[in-house]
Amino acid sequence: MSSTAPTNDIAAARPLPDAAGAEPAEAGTGRFSVNLRQSGIYIAFVVIVVLFAILTGGKSITPQNISNIMVQNSYILVLAIGMILIIIAGHIDLSVGSVVAVTGAIAAVLMVNLHLPWPLAILITMITGGLIGAFQGYWVAYFGIPAFIVTLAGMLVFRALTMWTLGNQGIGPFPTEVRTLANGFAPGYLGNIGLGPLGGADLFTLLAGLLAVGGIVATQWRARHGRLRYQQQVDSIQLFALKMLAAGIAVMFVVVQIARFKNLPWVLVLLTALVLGYSLLTNRVVFGRHIYAVGGNLHAATLSGIKVKSVTFWLFVNMGVIAAIAGVIFAGRLNLAGPTAGNTFELEAIAAAFIGGAAVQGGVGKVVGAITGGLIIAVINNGMSLIGSPPERVMLVKGLVLLAAVAIDVWSKRRAGVAR
Amino acid sequence: MTDAILRMQAITKTFPGVMALRDVNLTVQRGEIHAIVGENGAGKSTLMKVLSGVYPHGSYTGDVIFDGEPCRFSDIRDSERRGIVIIHQELALSPHLSIAENIYLGNEQTRRGLIDWNRTNAEAGRLLARVGLHENPVTPVTDLGVGKQQLVEIAKALSKSVRMLILDEPTAALNDEDSAHLLDLLRGLRADGLTAVIISHKLNEIRAIADSTTILRDGRTIETLDMRTDEVSEGRIIAGMVGRDLDHRFPPHESHIGDEVLRIEDWTVHSPTQHGRVVVEGANLTLRRGEIVGLAGLMGAGRTELAMSVFGRSYGIGISGRIFKDGREIHLKSVRDAIRHGIAYATEDRKLYGLNLIEDVKRNISAAALSRLSKRGWVHDNEEYRVAQDFRRNLNIKAPSVLTTAGTLSGGNQQKVVLAKWIFTDPDVLILDEPTRGIDVGAKYEIYGIINALADQGKAILVISSELPELLGICDRIYALSAGRITGEVTRADATPERLMQYMTKEKEQ
Repeated sequence: MSSTAPTNDIAAARPLPDAAGAEPAEAGTGRFSVNLRQSGIYIAFVVIVVLFAILTGGKSITPQNISNIMVQNSYILVLAIGMILIIIAGHIDLSVGSVVAVTGAIAAVLMVNLHLPWPLAILITMITGGLIGAFQGYWVAYFGIPAFIVTLAGMLVFRALTMWTLGNQGIGPFPTEVRTLANGFAPGYLGNIGLGPLGGADLFTLLAGLLAVGGIVATQWRARHGRLRYQQQVDSIQLFALKMLAAGIAVMFVVVQIARFKNLPWVLVLLTALVLGYSLLTNRVVFGRHIYAVGGNLHAATLSGIKVKSVTFWLFVNMGVIAAIAGVIFAGRLNLAGPTAGNTFELEAIAAAFIGGAAVQGGVGKVVGAITGGLIIAVINNGMSLIGSPPERVMLVKGLVLLAAVAIDVWSKRRAGVAR
Repeated sequence: MTDAILRMQAITKTFPGVMALRDVNLTVQRGEIHAIVGENGAGKSTLMKVLSGVYPHGSYTGDVIFDGEPCRFSDIRDSERRGIVIIHQELALSPHLSIAENIYLGNEQTRRGLIDWNRTNAEAGRLLARVGLHENPVTPVTDLGVGKQQLVEIAKALSKSVRMLILDEPTAALNDEDSAHLLDLLRGLRADGLTAVIISHKLNEIRAIADSTTILRDGRTIETLDMRTDEVSEGRIIAGMVGRDLDHRFPPHESHIGDEVLRIEDWTVHSPTQHGRVVVEGANLTLRRGEIVGLAGLMGAGRTELAMSVFGRSYGIGISGRIFKDGREIHLKSVRDAIRHGIAYATEDRKLYGLNLIEDVKRNISAAALSRLSKRGWVHDNEEYRVAQDFRRNLNIKAPSVLTTAGTLSGGNQQKVVLAKWIFTDPDVLILDEPTRGIDVGAKYEIYGIINALADQGKAILVISSELPELLGICDRIYALSAGRITGEVTRADATPERLMQYMTKEKEQ
């Protein structure tokens, strides 16, 4: 970092003070409306949750159901994290479902057939996922074949390799530790406490939740403080407090319900860690910034000295590793690595990314958005099955939601009139 | 005695903030070859777009009278129906279709609703014979060189029973042999009674072929010269093209020129798309600290190609030559290398190559030097904000805040963001490609001020510009480039528009 930016001497270069006019006021009301547009997805999510809570007579927000939604959809949410990065860079990955299958199969062979210790087996599986990503990334980044084609080929190739690895049969059962990781809960380290009318709840889970809320508030407070020190525009203290309160209530609601059902699901811990890690990557790490630059304007990124090929390559490597994680979780959850594992997962992950605000042309998107998009699909799936909708109706609604989400994105962009 | 096929009277066309054409008059006689000349941006292409209906009736004022009838074209098909066909500089052929398919594209020869391929190919063959192109009509266009593609375009025009053919820089991309053939063809078509309007920068060609020449400057008609009776020299045409006084459009500046910082020797670049075409040939140039150097050249002379090939080989193949920075030879294999060696290149096309339009001002400014704002891979975003704020203030970027999306800013302010981005890389050498293209006069003045201030900090500046007055107004020294070769170098004291234009239109010595 440089503290002597060569910016200060240019002041002499203001030859026309009159033409400059008054210094434009810092963003005031305009910024709030922009925020409203960006946060439309979160509002939509809340509306959908409330809608199904009413339609199911509260069944959709019972402790058990909330826990189920998290655990049942964890692998899609994990995949959505990798997918949003690929989509921000302007690519697509159709192969993730097959990669989930082949990595699950490899994990099964290593653990069940070869009796390798499970941590070593998971490590080897993740490395294999990375190599698969490197293979696809090579063709996309360095050979210049569109990702659509490369990953369509990958979808077939890795499905074939799955069947070959499994010998056309399922392999299982998995070691208990892996099953617990995918499907199970942390032990109730500290026992239960009574929450009055809500009944008993796992104390460890509650403390973890409180810690999370405390962490959120502390980091946001620090960020706010830093911005103030740099004389940037920040929310008023009241609005800040309101936002923190809302976030705290939302997190604690989910945490309390989960604690009332059972203990803390391990996949939720994993998912939280991934979301935090990748949010930091996209916002604060140079590599993350380069993803947006490449997707926003490839030519400008190239002429800014960004190694666009390398960025693309490593994004696919990352996607491969993430697909391997999802592969282990999925196989562990079913306690079986099967030849049809991961079918259509790629489409669910892509849908999650686009519902969560990714732009079709690339350059736009957030990890939290993709997770929210994935949760919207999850809540629709779950809620509609609770009220007894037939599968075709669920599919219909999901399709229309995806179309509507992207249509709104395209429409709002056209209205904003940002030239592309 | 006059038999005018076309009269354009008092044509005025404005774009937001710019008056592109102002009371322009053009009269073309039946069966003549009429040349239109002028500097880049003088309004030649705009005038032709008015004539061909690209700018529909109502978007300009004035009258277009073709063959005695007033015309109100609403699109390009309208004008083609009347027999006015324009062939653009960028050829509009579909590369994987055959010659015959291209000739009849949008005008398919059908029999009972199906394409009659025998007639299509036979007719195409007849047209090819007429333009002197000896190729099979079923050959894909991509297999032809640019010169032959040009002939296909003309054959296509002839297929539409053209009465007036407009050619925009038809020989700019052609070699001497193809150019000579094209000019012969035009002479032949003239003998058949066809009227042609030709836009060209090549004055010797115009003298060889045109019957009359209209000079445009700053969106106005200067004069129309009769090339058959008057003894018109190239100098006479150049005087008309550039003859304008330099008013107070440039901030005063006194240069303090230091040591040599960049030297380019024997720089040669080949085209990546047209096999074997040399785009820059044996160029030598030097830049010194605190010096503002201009690079003048007409469209297609290879200015941008020269700059981008130096900037980490971001253009071209088969690049040869040597680059010396502070006296030591350096090898720039990538844009990163170039930035690391203190070279910056601000592109002529800020929307396509300069900015991430959907990203905010702050992140655009930091895009090329994020490493300066980061430690071990972590970006210091508050510092980034501060840097962007400083630039916004110092360069007077008119944006509500540095969080504003770059695509919503005006052209001048976008250009300042591009400049900020490159200044923040802390370069020793700044190459500015058309730094004031498409921006208003006030913003231009500010940009000149920024350029002067950068030079005063000891940076070497290379300004590429199509506007000669701009180069004459701000540069200490100017190189002229013509057809990929540096044809002249003049100092501020010796520089005149006429002299530069002479170098810029200089052909390769035989």
